[in-house]
This record gives sequence, structure tokens and C-alpha cells, in this order.
Amino acid sequence: MTTTTSPRPDLSAGSAGNGDPLLVVEDLTVRFPTHDGLVQAVTGLSYQVEQGRTLGIVGESGSGKSVSSMAVLGLHDMKRTQMSGSIRLDGKEIVGMSEHRLMKIRGKEAAMIFQDPLSALHPFYSVGKQLSEAYLVHNDVSRKQARARAVEMLDRVGIPQARTRVDDYPHQFSGGMRQRVMIAMALINDPKLLIADEPTTALDVTVQAQILDLLQELQRDFNSAIVIITHDLGVVAEMADDVLVMYAGRCVEYGPGNEILTLPEMPYTWGLLSSVPDVSAAADARLIPIRGNPPSLLNPPKGCPFHPRCDHSDKVPGDLCSTQLPDLSAASTGGVHIKRCHLANPQEIFKGDVLPEIAPDLVEELSAGTSDEDEAEAR
Amino acid sequence: MFAYIVKRLISGFIVVVLISMGVFALYWFGPRNPAQPLCNIDTNNRCRPAMLKAYEHNMGFDDSVVHQYGLWAKGVFAGRTMELGATPYHCPAPCLGMDYRTKQPVWEELKVKFPATLSVAVGASVIFLVVGVSTGVLAARRRGTLVDKSLVTGTLIFSSIPFYLVALLAMLWFTISLGLFPDTGYYPLTQNPLKWFSGLLLPWLVLGIWQSTSYTRFSRGSMVESLNEDYIRTARAKGLRSRTVVFKHALRAAMVPVVTIFGLDFATLLAGTIFAERIFSIEGIGKWGLDAVTVKNLPVVSATVLVASVAVVVSNLLVDLVYSVLDPRVRLT
Repeated sequence: MTTTTSPRPDLSAGSAGNGDPLLVVEDLTVRFPTHDGLVQAVTGLSYQVEQGRTLGIVGESGSGKSVSSMAVLGLHDMKRTQMSGSIRLDGKEIVGMSEHRLMKIRGKEAAMIFQDPLSALHPFYSVGKQLSEAYLVHNDVSRKQARARAVEMLDRVGIPQARTRVDDYPHQFSGGMRQRVMIAMALINDPKLLIADEPTTALDVTVQAQILDLLQELQRDFNSAIVIITHDLGVVAEMADDVLVMYAGRCVEYGPGNEILTLPEMPYTWGLLSSVPDVSAAADARLIPIRGNPPSLLNPPKGCPFHPRCDHSDKVPGDLCSTQLPDLSAASTGGVHIKRCHLANPQEIFKGDVLPEIAPDLVEELSAGTSDEDEAEAR
Repeated sequence: MFAYIVKRLISGFIVVVLISMGVFALYWFGPRNPAQPLCNIDTNNRCRPAMLKAYEHNMGFDDSVVHQYGLWAKGVFAGRTMELGATPYHCPAPCLGMDYRTKQPVWEELKVKFPATLSVAVGASVIFLVVGVSTGVLAARRRGTLVDKSLVTGTLIFSSIPFYLVALLAMLWFTISLGLFPDTGYYPLTQNPLKWFSGLLLPWLVLGIWQSTSYTRFSRGSMVESLNEDYIRTARAKGLRSRTVVFKHALRAAMVPVVTIFGLDFATLLAGTIFAERIFSIEGIGKWGLDAVTVKNLPVVSATVLVASVAVVVSNLLVDLVYSVLDPRVRLT
């Protein structure tokens, strides 16, 4: 571990200014001992989310995004997990908290929505039972009141005829409706933090947009903080105030959503942008995938974990990329934007080499200085 | 639901009828003259050819098989008078034939034997379900630990010992050497509940614990699988106590495959547990059937086969009904 934390810019700009943000993750490291060795799922991860704000965590499968979010709810089996660092939710330290106290936080102060609502809902219980169970466990109310609350929440998330559908089973709902049920269940106790783990991945595109709209609408009403985990940059563009890009269990770039999407400084983020298909592009436009495979977390590459797949490591003098892990350092755009990369002039490379290949039309606009439209274009 | 049950009962009835035909045909076309055993029993193994001929004629074995099956089937519903050798006997409905040896209607004997087998089956099932599923759940919750490993290894070793050996040793040690258990045997529940219980306690325990080993391993596997399901993570994320997560959410899903195996095992038990009944001297279907086979007491043999087929049909129906209660996605149509 050469570095885990580095001095990071103050992130509290824009907060209400009443002390700590709602969720503070500091130097979080999660490891799973296995027969094959130690899986280094998350290493030295730090981020913060404030009330009413949305953080998007982006990365490919196995980059540690789900593992780090499950840690926020203390969902890892501590007998099989080595965890260090700090997770503070509303001032309470989650790492090392007893199961008994964690139960009072799960579902009440922080709730979670999962990727596939069909497998995440119990097939044998009606949605009404599952919702009221979530309400009953944290509220001293009668079954009848809990059921009424379940109907109210189903109605709130836009399920038609909630009063009758409350007795239906998950398999009797469509995919989008099931995800609405999941959202209703997550929000039934009015949590301060909502973690959405790829909430739209299992849904078709038109339904995805509805679910994202619903999440945003509910966030406004409940003023909750959202951590949205995704590998879909479109979702990030739509939802996130801030974006955290993860690779091989580490944060490789962090900053405001529009900066990460328009002026990224880390080649992995460039790769993510390049692999997003653009509907408005010509039909024969190239989609440029990131070459190679995600690294093994049992034995991550030395130096920068991305260097074996990086197209730009030759621009770094010597063999720095393969020997030394870059620190998280301030990006050239300044502010809260940070990146983990040895490249000295990332903006020039991005504008000169990367952008012309993935969005030639954007280069012209950028040179014309219409930077306000960048965010929209990047979607 | 009601229509489904009726439908299943009808198809079950057809299965039983087909099996009864099969059994009938077996003893009609079997390698041995079906009148021979009765003649042997009646004459103390001094059956002369002329006498055999007379027996054959009286019992209708020189008649057509279809006609005789018709007579047999009619007897089941209406009763009949049938001749065994020279003497006519009245066999009231439901007539499954006359016991060659005792000259009693098979049905009357079945009514005495079946409760013994049912008692053994139900008691043993309760034990192996409770012991097997709870140790399976324990092993699954502690998977990878010493508790899990010793349970898995222990049950594997125990279940690889043949049942008759376990039963004989248990009998030898617990009742004969140590005298911990009273003499085993079946006493009707309605006459003396205490004796019924004490006479069956050892068979229940031995059969239940021996059988529970496969349920331990089976429910462990099923439980490990269901504990890994996404909805278990959801249940934990809701803030439920781990007891609620394990027993309400995981166990219910894990029980579906266990119920399937149980249905088959229970049917097998109802058809008679030959070793247990023999070793613990319980006058049940298994012992009855075994004794009948050795002297070729054909009506008894065919009655035990019919009991087994009815048991399989009924327990399969029950399994399907339990499925529909456990899993709302199962539609009974």
C-alpha cells in the first residue's frame, strides 16, 4: 500500500454547512480471504455524500463498487471479511458496529435497491407482506397500519390500483413495476440514504428512464442522499451530482458529474466514455472498447492497476506506470476534481487524441467555446 | 383447487387400477401355477396333481383372465363369495381376496396391519424431518466451520452403515443389554396410548435418526443455496433479525426440494419398513408382505403392492398440494 488516502480537496462546498456530510467513507478497505488468496475488493476508498445529493459510482464488474456499498449497510459477513477504514452514516461509525445496532440502521437510515428486482424480492411472499415487513421491523405499528403504509408507498411509486395489487406476488408484476416495488420497499421508512445498485440494468430502456425519473422525484420529496452504482454513463449523466470512477477496487477519478463526463483526466474514464454508443452518431461510427480484461483482485497489477490496458502509458516517462501507484491528485480543472494518473498533460491528450476519435463533432464545439452544452452532448 | 384434487384423484385411481391389473397378470402368468401355494398350504406340502387340478378349477385359474379380473374388481366394490380349494368363503367388500393361510379376507388383516405401519411411518418422519432439517439449517448457517464439517462427515459415515445393522445393534444394546427401552411392538393407539408410544419409541428413534442423515445433507445443500439468493440480501438490508431471515425467508424456499424427497420417502415408509418391522417385531405391512412372499401367499402380496401404489399416488398428490402452499408461482391446473 503506497497510498491509501491523500489530502483531498474540501468537498463541503454547496452543503448546508451543518457539520459532517450524511455519509463519509474514509480509507475503506475490504478484503475477502479465500482458498486462492486474499481478494482485495476495495482499497483505500474515500468519498462523501450530502443530504439531497447524488453520487454516481461507475466501474466495470468486479471494480468493487457493489462491495463498497454493501459495506455501508454492514452487509458483509464479518467472519469472512477483513474491513478497515471508516464509514460514518449521520455521524455513526458503521465499520465494527455490532450486528444488533446495524439492524436498526439497515432499512431505516439507509436502504438499498438491487439490480434485478425479480431475484431481489422473495418469490413466495406477496409484495404487501414484504413491504409491511420492512415497515413493521422499524415501527411499532399494527399489521393493519403497516399494510396501509405499504399501499400508500405502492401508490406513491406509481403502481396503479395499489390497493388490490398489494396482495399480488412479485412474479405477477412487470420488470419496471417490480423495480418500483423495490423502491417503495426501500423508501418505506423514509431513509436518509438510498443506495441503488444498478437499479436499471435489468430493465429495458424505456422503463429505465421512468425509474430514474421516479428516483429523482422521490429524492426531491424525501430529500434523501442517493448513491447510484452503475456501469452506464447515461445513468450517471442523468442522475449524479458527483461521480466516482472505480477501477480494481480503487478510486481512480472523482469530481462533479459534468466535469467527469466532459473533461475526464484518467485514461480509464476515457475508455468508459469511448465505449458508450452514441445514437446521434453515424451508423458506421466506431465503438472503442477498452482492450484487455479487468484485473485479478487476487493479484492486482503493480503500479497503476490500469497500466496493462492503458493506451497512454507510453506518454509517461520511464516505467512509472508499471512500478508506482499514482496518488490521487488534483486535476488540472481544479476544484474537487481529482484523478489517479501519472500523465502530465491529460487534458491535451484527451482533446487531441481521444475526443476526435469518439466525438469529432464535439471537438469543434469545444473549440468554439460552447462549454455549457458539453454535459448534454456527453450523454 | 378442488377441481385439481378431483382430477388428480381420478388419474391416481387409474394408476392404481393399472397396477392392480399388472399384479393380477403377474400371478396369472407367473412362472408358477398360482393354485400351487394354496394347495401346498392346505395339504402340508403333499399336493397331488389331481388335487392341484381341482384347486385350479375352483379358483378359476382355468377360466379366462379377463373374466377373472372382472370378478376380482367386482369383489373390491361389492364383495364376493370365493372358493379356496373346496370350501367357499364369503369375502365382503372391499374384497382384496382371501389370505391363503388364515382364510381371512385380506382387507380385514390389512385393517389391522396398516395402522402399525402408519404409526411407524408418521413417528419416524416427524423425527427425521425435525432432526434432519434443523441440523441441515445449522450446518448451512455455519458453513465452512467445524460444526458444519463434523455434521456433514458424521451424517455421511452414519448413513453408510446399513439400516439393519443399526437397528439390530440398537435393539441389542438399548433394550436387551441396557434395558433403556421397553420391549418394542405395536399396540393400537386407541386401546393403550402409553403402550403404543413406548412400544414404538425405539423404532421411531432408530429409523428417524438413521433417515435424518440424508435430510441433514439435503437441507444443508438447499439452505446454502437459498441463503445465497438475492432476496436474502434484500431481507437483511431491510433490517430483519437474522433469525427471521433464516427461518422465514431462507428456510421456506429451501423446503421445496426437501418436500419432494419427503413425499417419496413417506410413500416408501407407508409401503412397509421391512427391516424395522422385522427387527422390532411390529406387525405391519412390511413384515406381513415379507412373510407372504416366502410362502407365496399371493393375495397378501398383491394387497401390499396395492397399498404401496396408493401410498405413492396419495403422497405425490400431497407433495403437489404442499408445493402450491409454499410457492405461489405453482398453479394447480
